Amino acid sequence: MYKIILKEMLTPTICRMVVEAPRLAAAARPGQFLMVRADEKGERIPLTVSDFDAEKGTVTIVTQTVGASTEDIVAFEVGESFADVVGPLGNPSEFVGMTPEDLAANSYIFIAGGVGTAPVYPQAKWLHEHGAKVDVIIGAKTAGLLIYKEEMAAVCDNLHICTDDGSEGFHGMVTALLEKLVADGNKYTRAVAIGPMIMMKFTTLTARKLGLPIIVSLNTLMVDGTGMCGACRVTVAGKTRFACVEGPEFDGYEVDFDEAMCRQGQYRTEEEVAREHHKCKIGRG
Amino acid sequence: MANKIGRVPVREQDPKVRATNFEEVCYGYNAEEAMLEATRCLHCNNPRCVGACPVGIKIPEFIAKVKDGDFTAAASIIAEDSSLPAICGRVCPQETQCEGSCILGIKGESVAIGKLERFVADWSREQGKAPANTAVRPNGRKVAIIGSGPSGLACAADLAKFGYDVTIFEALHRPGGVLEYGIPEFRLPKEKVVAAEIEAVKALGVKIELDVVVGRTVTIDSLMDEEGFEAVFVGSGAGLPRFMGIPGENANGVFSANEFLTRNNLMRAFRDDYLTPIHAGKHCVVVGGGNVAMDAARTALRLGADTTIVYRRTEVELPARKEEVHHAHEEGIEFKMLTNPVEVLTDEKGWVRALRCIRMELGEPDSSGRRSPVPVEGSEFEIPCDTVIMALGTSPNPLIAKTTDGLDTTRSGCLVADESGATTRPGIFAGGDAVTGAATVILAMGAGRKAARGIDEYLKS
Repeated sequence: MYKIILKEMLTPTICRMVVEAPRLAAAARPGQFLMVRADEKGERIPLTVSDFDAEKGTVTIVTQTVGASTEDIVAFEVGESFADVVGPLGNPSEFVGMTPEDLAANSYIFIAGGVGTAPVYPQAKWLHEHGAKVDVIIGAKTAGLLIYKEEMAAVCDNLHICTDDGSEGFHGMVTALLEKLVADGNKYTRAVAIGPMIMMKFTTLTARKLGLPIIVSLNTLMVDGTGMCGACRVTVAGKTRFACVEGPEFDGYEVDFDEAMCRQGQYRTEEEVAREHHKCKIGRG
Repeated sequence: MANKIGRVPVREQDPKVRATNFEEVCYGYNAEEAMLEATRCLHCNNPRCVGACPVGIKIPEFIAKVKDGDFTAAASIIAEDSSLPAICGRVCPQETQCEGSCILGIKGESVAIGKLERFVADWSREQGKAPANTAVRPNGRKVAIIGSGPSGLACAADLAKFGYDVTIFEALHRPGGVLEYGIPEFRLPKEKVVAAEIEAVKALGVKIELDVVVGRTVTIDSLMDEEGFEAVFVGSGAGLPRFMGIPGENANGVFSANEFLTRNNLMRAFRDDYLTPIHAGKHCVVVGGGNVAMDAARTALRLGADTTIVYRRTEVELPARKEEVHHAHEEGIEFKMLTNPVEVLTDEKGWVRALRCIRMELGEPDSSGRRSPVPVEGSEFEIPCDTVIMALGTSPNPLIAKTTDGLDTTRSGCLVADESGATTRPGIFAGGDAVTGAATVILAMGAGRKAARGIDEYLKS
């Protein structure tokens, strides 16, 4: 089970894998996530479902290496199997339950930041297939870190690229590009932002300024991912909510991003120790 | 005639030593000690202990075999009623069940029934002598069990013995439910005891499929309509942690006991060679007075934190097993009773720096008969700390009720089920914490066994 069928490095630190997980592939919907435990000693790592194929029984995951556990995941090769892949977890995106009339009446703008581009893909694809108008902004620090450009172009009406250093597309942040698109006369009824917490915070502020409703997908800490641990708790509209079972998508206007960012760093010291420790062990062979 | 000696003491790891390791606290009886303790049983004509056991183990009968040194026979007698004896012998609240009803306990000390059960189960396992498989011929009819915790395992074992083709679906990557993620190694060894007893249930023919979240990966309807399961037992537990709703509760360093224990137990964070991190801090305050609070506190202590338990009533009202409270005291955990948190205070980086509490006093008894605690006005004070663990109980995970039509729930989110475990939808049964809210391993097992009979009757009618 959970055999890796395909592996591809999209950037030096972002890896795409297609993994066998038949039950998960049959049940997955846009907006949901899964958890991977690479091996017996690994952490349970929440990752977004970047694509799913019920017929082939496979799911696509995109992992960015940020610590010892994600490095372990990316170290797996085609033909090898993960210990566990569980999901789909969380709720599907709100639009999955919308009527065709509602979908046709909406015009979506997705704002994808860095590795957050991967989970935007199945959402844009689903909406595009169901007749909604979809524009996508993909932002990254520099051209070499942009992912999913061709794939995304095939499933949206207009793809807009921006880089912080201007090496490709619009020179500037996603927020500036979003403002420009609206100023240029583009009409959007709903925005969806997925990316680093800080990017979602500022995109939400921009959307609010533009009077645009915005959904964000929160990548919080999690242990089990099924509602048991409460590590993923976030304050939404003044109430504590569990991102794993009540999210991962929330109304951006209502999310306390500052608290969410603070909570994300909770195990940073332990993680650094683990990473060093891990490297030492790898070094020992 | 019963031997009028005192209760045979059980050997335990020295408190100072065990406060720094995760080895099992209690060593249990050896054969000689067990046989001696067994001589104390009065063999009452009307054994009250049996009636007080949620699964009705024939206690005087197995004790008689222990006295004779026939441990194989003792194991077979226990196996008729319990599929998890090495677990129950360790974690049951015997003082309020079998041992609490023992006649000897009125004037002196009750028979150490739990320790005897544990001895028999451990002996049997160490001899490699699995109790005889009494299963009837397989009838080929499929039953699905949701959750591999105590209720699911007990239900599965009985159904397999009745001849059903049983599959357990478990959301996590290891089977056992609370036995795996909740109860720590020092109280319930995972490989030696939990894994071994689950293997014994599998030996009855029960299949376990891991990494399946019912309500997400599959639904009860898809299991019944597409995969041919004729009945379903829901033993999904009471998974969602409760918080107090006080200011600062989402600060860094505030954890649910579930998170803290899951990291330590299921994910083995206490071991250097496992990657999952855990943060016990230098001074940890645990809020709550149940078994989970004791487990969390004793775990934090072992991870190197000075640990304080705060509880709003007095030590008399602590809902935890007496043995756990006693062990926690011995290991050096500080108990601050009649104390209730009102706010988590944080530093400039958003981390816990202290827990602000108020002193309480006991007022009139409430609906549960316990005297309800009342705050003493103006008595607020701070306990400096860098971690806070909330052990306030749990509520049922709403996922299954939400994704299954026709399953009624109570106001607190528990599934509605009758005495036989039947829910409001034909063919779907439920038991354990998913029905009762957070309770004990043995009550969940009792409910699982009743539901197994209920399912058998339903499928035969």
